[in-house]
Amino acid sequence: MSTDAKEVMVEVRRVTKTFDEFTAVSDVSLEIRAGEFITLLGPSGCGKTTLLRMISGFETPTQGQIFIAGQDVTHDPPYRRDANQVFQSYALFPHMTVKENIGFGLRMKKVPKSEAQERVREAIAMVSLGGMEDRKPSQLSGGQRQRVALARAIVCRPKVLLLDEPLSALDAKLRHAMQVELKHLQQKLGITFVFVTHDQEEALTMSDRIAVINQGKVEQLGDATAIYHQPKTTFVANFIGQANILEGRVVSRAGRKVTLRLEGGPEVTLLADDLPDDATTAMISVRPEKILIRKQREESDNVFEAEIAEEIFKGATDQLMLRTPGGLELWAVVANESARQATVHKGDKVFCHLHFDDIVVVQGN
Amino acid sequence: MARKLSGMRLLNLLLGGWSGLVFLFLYIPIVLLIVYSFNASKMAIVWEGFSFKWYTALGREALDHVSGTKRSPLVESAINSVTIASIVTVFSVILGTAGAWLLYRYKFPALRSITTLVYIPMIIPEIIMGISLLIFFKAMSLTLGFTTVIISHITFCFPFVLIAVQARLAGVDPALEEAAMDLGATPMKALFLVMVPYMMPAIISGGLMAFTLSLDEVIVTYFTRGPTSETLPLRVYGLAKVGLSPILNTISAVFIVVTVALTVAAESVKGLNK
Repeated sequence: MSTDAKEVMVEVRRVTKTFDEFTAVSDVSLEIRAGEFITLLGPSGCGKTTLLRMISGFETPTQGQIFIAGQDVTHDPPYRRDANQVFQSYALFPHMTVKENIGFGLRMKKVPKSEAQERVREAIAMVSLGGMEDRKPSQLSGGQRQRVALARAIVCRPKVLLLDEPLSALDAKLRHAMQVELKHLQQKLGITFVFVTHDQEEALTMSDRIAVINQGKVEQLGDATAIYHQPKTTFVANFIGQANILEGRVVSRAGRKVTLRLEGGPEVTLLADDLPDDATTAMISVRPEKILIRKQREESDNVFEAEIAEEIFKGATDQLMLRTPGGLELWAVVANESARQATVHKGDKVFCHLHFDDIVVVQGN
Repeated sequence: MARKLSGMRLLNLLLGGWSGLVFLFLYIPIVLLIVYSFNASKMAIVWEGFSFKWYTALGREALDHVSGTKRSPLVESAINSVTIASIVTVFSVILGTAGAWLLYRYKFPALRSITTLVYIPMIIPEIIMGISLLIFFKAMSLTLGFTTVIISHITFCFPFVLIAVQARLAGVDPALEEAAMDLGATPMKALFLVMVPYMMPAIISGGLMAFTLSLDEVIVTYFTRGPTSETLPLRVYGLAKVGLSPILNTISAVFIVVTVALTVAAESVKGLNK
């Protein structure tokens, strides 16, 4: 083993999966640490579910290997893997009661009856389903079914729990509550969670680390703040939160400090670590909320003028479209601090301030 | 708005009336038959007053036959029918369920043509089916009797089970079987502990259909029966040729009640979704 088995719970090693002509997962390597909550985030069809299904054993990689707790399980069937899955549709057994559903895995593993009963009781308590033991899935609400699906998997005490968009069928309010609950549960149990979702907010809320997946490849792997603040590609910048993706020519360079002239806009200076020395152009990402808007010029790393071309009321925030004299358009977000004294409005001429750190060089896709 | 509404009401009234007529046309003969089974007269179609006497006569005949006092060909044929229908049901359920599972689980090029082939015994004219089976049994030098009747009945009964189970499987969440395997069930255990229970309503309703169809069958049985394997419908048919006896009404009434009960049971089981 090249990696320490104690540290790494699941290792995906150079895995490729093709279906006929279509490559769903393309040479992906990923190390998932024991006890972490990792999210595979990406748009539908990006390969995240296929990757999950290769870990659970429902798909076999075309190339590459999968290890769980140091063991090569690439060709093991799902029923011989120490991984359990929570399905998007929950897939509860309709003819069994809540108790029977949750106890199914223990029955298959031939856990002694008294121990199984105790563990089922514990699991039911853990997901707050007390009093529902003898109900059938059809007599439960969506949220309750979700909890049964969760309890049915965790009662087996798997080394890794795989969750395939388990919250997507719930309404927004319940989904938020379950996000927090799932995170707490994961911390309490210490089980490694691999969570698949296309919902960036969900990923940011729960994950220790996020793997952003696009077209069968991991675009970026990192914790939520790194993914959000230092996106490496335009895809990551656009997929997680909002971003202004701007292109500029390199006009001067002094060590890490690079000055770009943006297309149709002002010059901005930023700190670029991974821009190649011979680069003549660069693509940058600027988060809308990082643009500080003032009526007066203030001291800052970058200051440029703009006019507010559009103002969209979004409740807690206002979304502003800024247009520079040169015609560059970019979005900014300001907090609606007080309804009575909104500071800037459509048509106002303003000064935009940008910190070095808030300008990130990204690679195009 | 009001005019439009009354127009709708008129249309509904007409449709309701028409449906009523259709049902009357369909069921008046059956209702009449049941009514005449309580006829006191010796003549099947002349009403002389209400009486249970034919039911009592039928009951006595059955008791005598069972106790061995007096052999009754009629009761014997009824026992034959029930025996045949039961065996046919068991085989149809096994074949039909296995077939539906095969067509669901394995996707292969000939899938569509095989599905069509399965439907053919259901729609082929019974007379052709009867003759072809007779030729087949003769070619195989099989003696006509219970076995040949049972094989013939299975041929057209099992597709009903297959179609019922296939319809249920068409709506199944593929994750259901995966969830079972994910929790440690081998494919065999997943099939018997999760998928078969899921299919059960369809298996039961298909099985009841098979039982009813086998019980009622005349034409195919006529060609494939042997001297000792006469079924109740054939016996009744033979008696009717001689003359309409009130006891025929009585048997038919009992038959209708059993058939209707089984059909209603099959339908209500089908309705037990999930």
